[in-house]
Amino acid sequence: MTRDRNREMLALIPVALLLTAGFAAVFAQENSKLGNLSLTYGAYFFAVCLATHIYLRIRLPHADPYLFPLMAVLTAFGLVMIYRIDESLARDQANWFVFGLILFALTIQFLRDYEVLERYRYIIATIGILLLLAPRLPGIGEQVNGAYLGVKIGPISFQPAEFAKLAIVVFLASYLRENREVLIVGARRVLGVTLPPIKHFGPMLVVWGATMLLLVFIRDLGSSLMFFAAFLALLYVATGRFSFVVIGMALFLLGSWFIVSTVPHVHDRVEVWLHPYHDPTESGYQILQSIFAQADGGLFGKGFGQGLITIPGHPNNALLPAAQTDTIYSLIVNELGLFGACGLIATYLLITARGFKVALLANDGFSKLLATGLTAVFAIQAFVIIGGVTRVIPLTGVTLPFVSYGGSSIVANFVLLALLLLVSDRARREAEEGASRAERGEPLGALT
Amino acid sequence: MNRQIIKLFGFIVVLFAILIGFTSWWSVFDAKALKEQNVNKRPLFEQQQIPRGRILAADGTVIAKSIPKGKGTGKRYVRHYPTGALFGHPIGYSFMEQGQTEFEQYHNAELTGEESEFGSILGELTGQKQEGEQIVTSLDPKAQEVAMGDLEAAGYGAVVAIDPSTGAVKVLASNPGYNPNRIPDKLKEWNQQKVRTPLYNRATQASFPPGSTFKVVTAAAGLESGVITPETTINAPGSITDEGHELANDYNQDWGSISLDTALTNSVNTWFAQLGQKVGQDDLFATMEKFGFNSKPPIDLPEEELSKSGVYDYESGTYLGRNDPVDLARVAIGQERLLATPLQIAMVAAAVANGGKLMKPQIWKRVVNVDGGVTKKMDPTVYSEPISGKTAEELTTAMEGVVDEGTGTNAAISGVPVAGKTGTAETPNNKECGGGEAENQAWFMGFAPADHPKIAIAATVSCTEQFGGDVAAPIFRDVAEAILAGE
Repeated sequence: MTRDRNREMLALIPVALLLTAGFAAVFAQENSKLGNLSLTYGAYFFAVCLATHIYLRIRLPHADPYLFPLMAVLTAFGLVMIYRIDESLARDQANWFVFGLILFALTIQFLRDYEVLERYRYIIATIGILLLLAPRLPGIGEQVNGAYLGVKIGPISFQPAEFAKLAIVVFLASYLRENREVLIVGARRVLGVTLPPIKHFGPMLVVWGATMLLLVFIRDLGSSLMFFAAFLALLYVATGRFSFVVIGMALFLLGSWFIVSTVPHVHDRVEVWLHPYHDPTESGYQILQSIFAQADGGLFGKGFGQGLITIPGHPNNALLPAAQTDTIYSLIVNELGLFGACGLIATYLLITARGFKVALLANDGFSKLLATGLTAVFAIQAFVIIGGVTRVIPLTGVTLPFVSYGGSSIVANFVLLALLLLVSDRARREAEEGASRAERGEPLGALT
Repeated sequence: MNRQIIKLFGFIVVLFAILIGFTSWWSVFDAKALKEQNVNKRPLFEQQQIPRGRILAADGTVIAKSIPKGKGTGKRYVRHYPTGALFGHPIGYSFMEQGQTEFEQYHNAELTGEESEFGSILGELTGQKQEGEQIVTSLDPKAQEVAMGDLEAAGYGAVVAIDPSTGAVKVLASNPGYNPNRIPDKLKEWNQQKVRTPLYNRATQASFPPGSTFKVVTAAAGLESGVITPETTINAPGSITDEGHELANDYNQDWGSISLDTALTNSVNTWFAQLGQKVGQDDLFATMEKFGFNSKPPIDLPEEELSKSGVYDYESGTYLGRNDPVDLARVAIGQERLLATPLQIAMVAAAVANGGKLMKPQIWKRVVNVDGGVTKKMDPTVYSEPISGKTAEELTTAMEGVVDEGTGTNAAISGVPVAGKTGTAETPNNKECGGGEAENQAWFMGFAPADHPKIAIAATVSCTEQFGGDVAAPIFRDVAEAILAGE
């Protein structure tokens, strides 16, 4: 529908302006003079977004008009922040952005009938699990800060968990679509608690076990939490049983408590979270510096490009460790203040709202669950990392979607966006067709 | 499923609200406490990025300035002190790793431009960078140079010179001094030094037995309480017995019945000891406290770097008050456990010089912002009124006698009437001096011109075998001349 697409195009203009203004601010800070380079960057970014928009106009005319501009806002924001940290990283990120859009277009091109995913759900689940375990494989696995999150094959290194989250959500959406009735109908009340039938309890336990195994293997509380929370969110939406969520939560807490007390690295992460001042210069350094950076931001922040990332005079000593990835949110609070942070969180909330809107409009169970799962995993990922750097939960190495530096993250999230738009396009097209048929007095049943 | 999706959205709204809650807590509500955390070095690093304001002497000489180093985000400012060791005290230093001391620390807010919160928020909104303000002091480099030169020649010691009518501090010298530019390399070494400690400000942190300079305070208490008038005579024998011990005059000289002028001019111990007993502990301590004893001096230096003056009990580590048992006769002549900082003695001289009104001593004169506008000016304020104008006049007359014909003739300036008082306290086994037997703490305090005082000065020399009139009075004279020449 062209009206939607016009809205999308109009929404992209402020994005390009934001990017231009952001680059201009960084330039002004670094060189004390304004070149026209910022304008070039803005124009380049706008051109790429416009091309994507035209592609969407042709391929998915009915898709939600706000999702792409909202994600472009985040990308623009991330690019400016990364540019401000390190020019060469921003160039990489810009390349990944273009590559992400290519994969985005390819996904839309070849997965128009995304139900095909249901047919391969066990293959997809296996790929997902393998991706998650890959960082532990000798030769290609990479350990960062004690957690196994990266894989390095030749010159290319990536974070398989970013792609695994898509696979797991697709699998869960498909599995729950098929089994949701049984899970609801077969449920029994035992001691006032609704329990799923024993037969179907198995898969739940399997997911739980897989999560726990994941925690032991990759030693990353954040990713484990993200996967399990996405699973519980989907389970809840599919069955409508809140008790399942409570049981799942209890199982997760019990399991992770056990693992925290036995696996040293995970234990350390929790210790640092609870008592950061015990070792302020070593293990507690990152979280404390993250919080100190926020304290310095105040309401309005210090301004783009004005925050300290390294110790002055010692460019190799980080004052805010992993500013381009883990703690990018702290840098945002430092430079743009609480207001800037609220704007960022509001953007994530708007994306979440649009994502759930897609799920609400979708007509079939798989589409609904897929849109819900993709949106939930996206929102929870944002929560896990922002919660980590604000000491709501232990800090872990998850990226801030579309904002943090990292090719895997941006590419995987663009595929996530493509899937959401695919679901959205079909749902809204069917809704419109339904509406126009109703206007013409045709029976709605003809829809199927 | 739609109902659950909406509920799930509600749950995510709650999660995000928690994130905003925590962010607000760290960035706004708890921010102040976090910035004060010891392990938080960020504020210190950030200060290095602000061009810290210059510190100027009264004549415009640059005492401290900031020099940019590095580029881009690594750019920082490093403090440089063009006058080197001249103003090591009382300006102190400011370096990222070594921290701040003295004037640099006390005036940090102005020097970094953090003065008004409103201004900085406005600055943030308009994108203006924080910049430090410049402080002009009343310090007189020429007189400071004279003071440092004389002190170096004499040994350890300190000189404090105050404009009695405003409290403006013109000289605050302490020897041995140090060159603040060398702090980054030398701080550790200097801190470990046991004798000749250069970082110790002998003018404000050190307190010494004031000796006979304190007789001016005793006389002030006597006149002010009405116990004596300038005409009252007291019999002053060669020695008296006080609390079972002999208290004698120099050479056991018997002065007979004399009045204040003669007693002060010749610094007669037995006369002032008896006056102290007549005045009583209550009135003597009341007068002392009005002059500033038993309190930290009200100068613009960090409180932890200032010492009180008073009767200090080593055993309890406290300054004694009017109800504590003291040997009053010996307190009255500046002995017993009495200790005073050179700043305190200068304050006594300044109060007498200013007709009895003690002005708050202040080093800073005005704060000038980046655009050259004066944002704050030192407003001379009365700290206390220890004595009446009449008492001050009577004391001045007696103190003029000291310089004209008494122990302080070396302080005389040709063509300018000078009022003053010498002091010599015996300090045997002083660790600071290396434990010699014949060590004295020599003093001179006074003001000039006596009829229209422009400057009040206290000069002291430690570890000397000479008397106040021989070693401290000439320092007074030189510094006073330098200041009066610049007027």
